Amino acid sequence: MSQPFAKLPAWADYGLLPLINLIVAFLVAGLVVLLVGESPIDAAVLMVKGAFGSGDGVGYTLYYATNFIFTGLCVAVAFHCGLFNIGGEGQAYIGGLGVSLVGLWLGNFLPWWLTFPLAILASALVGALWALIPAWLQAKRGSHVVITTIMFNFIAASIMVYLLVGVLKPAGSQAPETRVFAEGGQLPGLGWLLNLVGLSMRSAPLNVSFLLALVAAFLVWVLIWRTKLGYEIRTMGFSPKAARYAGISELRIIIITMMISGALAGMMALNPIMGAQHRMQLDFVAGAGFVGIAVALMGRSHPAGIVLAAILFGMLYQGGAEIAFDMPNISRDMIVIIQGLVILFAGALEHMFRPSLQRIFYRLGRAKNRTAAAVIAGGNQ
Amino acid sequence: MDSFTTILQLFDSTIRLSAPLLLACLAGLYSERAGIFDIGLEGKMLAGAFAAGAVATWSGSAYLALLAAVLVSVALGLVHGFASITHRGNQIVSGVAINFIAAGTTVILGQAWFSQGGRTPSLPNAARFNPINLPGAEAMRGVPVVGPLYYELISGHSILVYLAFLLVPFTWWVLYRTRFGLRLRAVGENPAAVDTAGISVPWLRYRAVICCGVLCGIAGAYLATAQGAGFVKDMTAGKGYIALAALIFAKWRPVQAMFACLLFGFLDAVGIRMQGHPLPIIGEVPVQFMQALPYILTVVLLAGFIGKAIPPKAGGVAYVKER
Repeated sequence: MSQPFAKLPAWADYGLLPLINLIVAFLVAGLVVLLVGESPIDAAVLMVKGAFGSGDGVGYTLYYATNFIFTGLCVAVAFHCGLFNIGGEGQAYIGGLGVSLVGLWLGNFLPWWLTFPLAILASALVGALWALIPAWLQAKRGSHVVITTIMFNFIAASIMVYLLVGVLKPAGSQAPETRVFAEGGQLPGLGWLLNLVGLSMRSAPLNVSFLLALVAAFLVWVLIWRTKLGYEIRTMGFSPKAARYAGISELRIIIITMMISGALAGMMALNPIMGAQHRMQLDFVAGAGFVGIAVALMGRSHPAGIVLAAILFGMLYQGGAEIAFDMPNISRDMIVIIQGLVILFAGALEHMFRPSLQRIFYRLGRAKNRTAAAVIAGGNQ
Repeated sequence: MDSFTTILQLFDSTIRLSAPLLLACLAGLYSERAGIFDIGLEGKMLAGAFAAGAVATWSGSAYLALLAAVLVSVALGLVHGFASITHRGNQIVSGVAINFIAAGTTVILGQAWFSQGGRTPSLPNAARFNPINLPGAEAMRGVPVVGPLYYELISGHSILVYLAFLLVPFTWWVLYRTRFGLRLRAVGENPAAVDTAGISVPWLRYRAVICCGVLCGIAGAYLATAQGAGFVKDMTAGKGYIALAALIFAKWRPVQAMFACLLFGFLDAVGIRMQGHPLPIIGEVPVQFMQALPYILTVVLLAGFIGKAIPPKAGGVAYVKER
């Protein structure tokens, strides 16, 4: 270990290393595909074709990506502060309450462009409040935010089941879901956007919340890298001691960061509820909060990386659904494996390939120096 | 007498329901006492349950199933160790990854191998761990109070339940009365001191992770071959997290862990029994509230309202040898 390591150039650190990790994750996933007796290459071709082969495929891919951008940003903002918010799932689930209340009530008499901003506020507020208690416990009582957010996921799920089989269910209905929202509670689709690039979308639920997700990604970039608050958040993440020394209030930063994180998760609820189903169903989050962890790790907590990673996972979701038609042995659960492998290789094992990569760059650098030195020495003689 | 029987049955199912929690909780105890946080209890248990279900189907032997469950769970534990000990990765991220890998793989392989929608075929009794009637249980049944107590409550569980509860004093003994236990606790509090004493920190932590894997495997085997008859998709259903909650509740101590698991098992048993039975005064308590109660209690504990839970000092931090 005493060997001096070359510092990796930025393109290797932010491009090559994540790519290697991703490739290894996919290779291992390919092994699982082999194990169930299918061809990984055929599966990959089917997946890409299913995700990008048609207007509807693209629509679905971006629809799923919308969810993952929100949840990925949620995890990333907390990461920058050195916090691990596993509670995106629960915050998004509870955020659905805010969306539904606006959709059920104001959707009756306001047009969508008025309900939309109100629903954004409501979902963000509810999500933020759900993150407030774990944040407060972390900041004030030192109880680990990971544990409390896990607990809050389960508590959120219990509350939502209770509400959806009880109060929120219309009388006489069996399905655990709210009634369908009126016109004003439904977001318009983005068919025109795909038409611009010559694709046509018929049934895919891509809607304006995709644009909101992109705006949110940009705003998160501004927040983290262009504001004083963002600077404080990053300082806290790098070194809580330095932050304390600089007079940054730990309590304030942890609570604000977690509430922003929760608000981003809460806004995810807009996409499936107001954008696609026009009602709130049981378990509408469907694991998107957890996908956010993989997305944030893969995107290295940078909004641009997160948008790309979210689209990749959107492709996996949509393509995975298509694969299931042709390869009955591969269901959507394959994505859960890939998600786990990405978290493992891009997250927990992110340093596995770094030393060898650094050694290669060090050798390359030394070889270059040596030839340069030889040339100089040759010139002197 | 009737209410006495009801209470006995309630406690009986409490024991049954808390056994897997207890196994997983003790598993977490070994790992976390050594300074390796383990969110992956859930995944290891799930993978163990699947391995047990699959092997029991093929071999018809419950003991081979148990062995397979332990092996698979230890393998996942070693992945966790490889990431968090050898490569000093984030322990929580690694645990989360293991949970997803287990959740996805069990369903995909289950569907490919057995084509029953991710579950393994229903096991015959010969391939399961069946209830054991302790000696004298039948004979003593007639004795008032003590007889039913012995017959209903203590006798008639599978061997894995007895194993789980025997592991409590055993773990206490290992932790507080053996050299290994002392070092295990030391490495979770102050790994540098252990290193200075000339003991390998990674090897010690790897052994802790293996202990954790063994116990999670037993917990999984219990779910698939004793409590249930075969593996069902997502059969752990959050038990790994409840075990984690119990571990915090017990402040990382074995005997208290048993009581915490019994409490959470009891809540579960009461929740099941109370479905559709309104209580006096309060009325009907929603099932969801009973299900959420362990989590709520843990949060309240973490908030510091019931004493303070202080985790092992070096928990979650990878050890870097001084140079």
